[in-house]
Amino acid sequence: MNALEVEGLEKSFGGVKAVDGISFVVEEGKTVGIIGPNGAGKTTVFNLITGFYRVDRGRILFYGKNITRTQPYKLPHLGIARTFQNLRLFSNLSVFENVLSAILKKDGYNVVSSVFRTADYFMKEGKAEKKARELIEFFQLSGKENYPANNLPYGEQRRLEIARALALQPKILLVDEPGAGMNPREVQDLLQTLREVKERFSLSIVIIEHQMGLVMNISDKVVVMDFGEKIMEGTPGEVKKDKRVIEAYLGEEFI
Amino acid sequence: MELLGYIFQQCINGLQLGAVYALIALGYTMVYGVLRLINFAHGDIFMLGAFIAYYLLSRFTLPIYVVFVLTMICTALAGYIIEKVAYKPLRNAPKISLLITAVGVSLFLEYFLSLKAVFTPNYIAFPRPFEVEAFDLSLFTITNVQLIIFSITGVSLGLLYLLVYKTKQGTAMRAVSYDKEIASLMGINIDATVSLTFIVGASLAGVGGILYGIAYPQINVFMGVMPGIKSFIAAVLGGIGIIHGAVLGGFIIGLSEVFVSAFLSSTFRDGVIFVILFLVLLLKPTGIFGKRIDKV
Amino acid sequence: MNFFWEARKVILLSVLIYLSVKAIFFFGYVSQYIEQITLYALIVILASLGLNVIYGYTGQFSLGHAAFYGIGAYVSAYLTKIFSIENIFAYIPILFISGAAAGLIGYLIGIPILRLRDDFLAIATLGFGTLVRVLLDNSDKFSEVFGGSRGFVGIPRLTTFELAFVIVIFLILITHNLIYSRYGLFWRCIKNDELASASIGINTFSMKLMAFTYGCFLAGIGGALYANLYTFLHPSNFDILKSIDFLIIVIVGGMGSIAGTIYAGLIWVGFIEGLRIVLPAEVVDLRWVFIPLLLIALMMWKPYGLMTKGRN
Repeated sequence: MNALEVEGLEKSFGGVKAVDGISFVVEEGKTVGIIGPNGAGKTTVFNLITGFYRVDRGRILFYGKNITRTQPYKLPHLGIARTFQNLRLFSNLSVFENVLSAILKKDGYNVVSSVFRTADYFMKEGKAEKKARELIEFFQLSGKENYPANNLPYGEQRRLEIARALALQPKILLVDEPGAGMNPREVQDLLQTLREVKERFSLSIVIIEHQMGLVMNISDKVVVMDFGEKIMEGTPGEVKKDKRVIEAYLGEEFI
Repeated sequence: MELLGYIFQQCINGLQLGAVYALIALGYTMVYGVLRLINFAHGDIFMLGAFIAYYLLSRFTLPIYVVFVLTMICTALAGYIIEKVAYKPLRNAPKISLLITAVGVSLFLEYFLSLKAVFTPNYIAFPRPFEVEAFDLSLFTITNVQLIIFSITGVSLGLLYLLVYKTKQGTAMRAVSYDKEIASLMGINIDATVSLTFIVGASLAGVGGILYGIAYPQINVFMGVMPGIKSFIAAVLGGIGIIHGAVLGGFIIGLSEVFVSAFLSSTFRDGVIFVILFLVLLLKPTGIFGKRIDKV
Repeated sequence: MNFFWEARKVILLSVLIYLSVKAIFFFGYVSQYIEQITLYALIVILASLGLNVIYGYTGQFSLGHAAFYGIGAYVSAYLTKIFSIENIFAYIPILFISGAAAGLIGYLIGIPILRLRDDFLAIATLGFGTLVRVLLDNSDKFSEVFGGSRGFVGIPRLTTFELAFVIVIFLILITHNLIYSRYGLFWRCIKNDELASASIGINTFSMKLMAFTYGCFLAGIGGALYANLYTFLHPSNFDILKSIDFLIIVIVGGMGSIAGTIYAGLIWVGFIEGLRIVLPAEVVDLRWVFIPLLLIALMMWKPYGLMTKGRN
């Protein structure tokens, strides 16, 4: 079964057609990269899939289930997690709390337990804290648990956002330009992190990225967008050589 | 036929009240447009206008148009000072701080003027500068007071439209309300534009205060509170930040208030305004003329 | 059970405070008036705590908190008067009914208005606060007992220091447990970034509503204690000035800090009442001129800095 199926998505803002009938499929366990010039509609597609924008036309299926009109906060429960292009951490919360929040959302206790501090509360809090520490360690953020999230260097903040998303134990992870604003060294570290994520957690990944060195090396399949449409789809090797793709990027550097 | 006449009469009364609300609502909407600030002190500028006029009329014998001009100058000055002293220093602070400061200014004005040494918290009779004459048109009666209100409001709105749509300064105001950063990059002096907005808004509120004093000649330092809230709701109803929205909203609120009072009961006259507010916020928070805002 | 064991330090401290305060009262060091003010401070702390949950933790700017305080007050006043309650044990359920009434109305109002973004929420809560004030002014049209703008008289005096102290400490503990649980964490997440909160599965609307309802519940209980302390209610006690009082306490105490709210509440009540005692009669009204100026100065001094970091 396909993890994610996007069929004929369309979205307009006022007179501007941001997404004009895009379709693609993410097979279970695979990584799909989405590339394209700025303004191609990539993040809009993410926002449509995750319910932050309303779909004008088209459908989205997640393991066969129609999630086109599902509200954003219900998706993690189904197994969908995402990060944001402009980084949306809980900046005034600590690193630990950022990760803990996602875990406690998934496996929490109820109000009565909280107020009366029942055994259930302690057990679940304990488990959650343990899991949070494990994740923090996996993402090499140990030692910084109590730092406010916005005190971390930029690259680590990006890692933290991914850690928080993974704390949800998702079946699919949508990562939006995780390499944005990073220097080449940080990009390499990120690539390594994503590889380890693929190995350690079995999940599907969809990644939007401009850094070709990152996306081409991690994706099983690449979807190329321009002007809201898919202009080509194939393996990284095929995409690199495709004339249409090169044209769309005319003037931009390829790694 | 009598019912028709009664309805027409209430329309006239409603438009009279609505005119005052419209004048006040304009100040709210313009300031929100350029600063995204709800100027809670605006209703007190209205009150200030009424009191300044009262002071001028009771202490000096001046022709009425002089009173108007002087009052407008004073309220404009008040608006300018408040902006410079209380709001400008917080221009880049979180919006909540600005809101709270505005509330502080409002309360300060009210309680300072309510001191026994100043105007006291009591109701004061506003000296009407002329005799009331009623003109009996068969369906309804209209008074000279109402005619004055309509004509002055009309003139004010006309001048406002000229300013906002036909002058460079007005265009600057509109530009700043669309996008402050880009406007400043285009060379528009933000400080001057904001000051102008406050000056214009405050003088309109001052006019509203005088008209209110003439129409309902009992004034009181807390008189700005309810009309302020209602005018603000009118601005929200029409579409906050949109000038013709404030005008339309003001008249709608004025008419609603008078009609509910006439046909239901005067107990509910204030209540109905809040029902309107909740309906607007529920159904279309951006108001009648507002555009829908999409989620992020 | 667990609840009391976890809270043992607070309970111990509370007992100490209680004993000290009682001693001071008993030996007559202070007047009746000061005793009443101490009780009032407890009540104000409780209501402000409610606003702290709504605004300090969850980030929802409410300018109408006094309305819920008033609802609790009038409900308790009405019930205790018409049922001629004299017994404290009969009063306790009424306390909670009053709180529940305020909470319920908070819930009903919250459903439409909590979807609005901050300016509009401020307007809506201000509007609601004014509406409640208008309703209270006209309340004698519903029933003579309420007294309308003449005020509600003859409320049984039931609030004692013991009762208020125990109830407030208990509610502080409950609030503390909520805040330092995943619910408090979610509230702080929402305040930080609503979209990110949704992206990790938090039903932000439902959490906001929960915070709002709970905060209004606390305000309602505070109002009820107030009504049965002063035995007289007037609608003008529940207007925007009162809402601002609570707001000042929350902001000065450091939003997102329970201890801060407690200290700020004590300081604020002490300050206001202190001014009343200290200032000669002609000048007493100047308080209301200085408070807004203080507010403005406060905003100028710390426009950003009144946010405290959330603790874990």
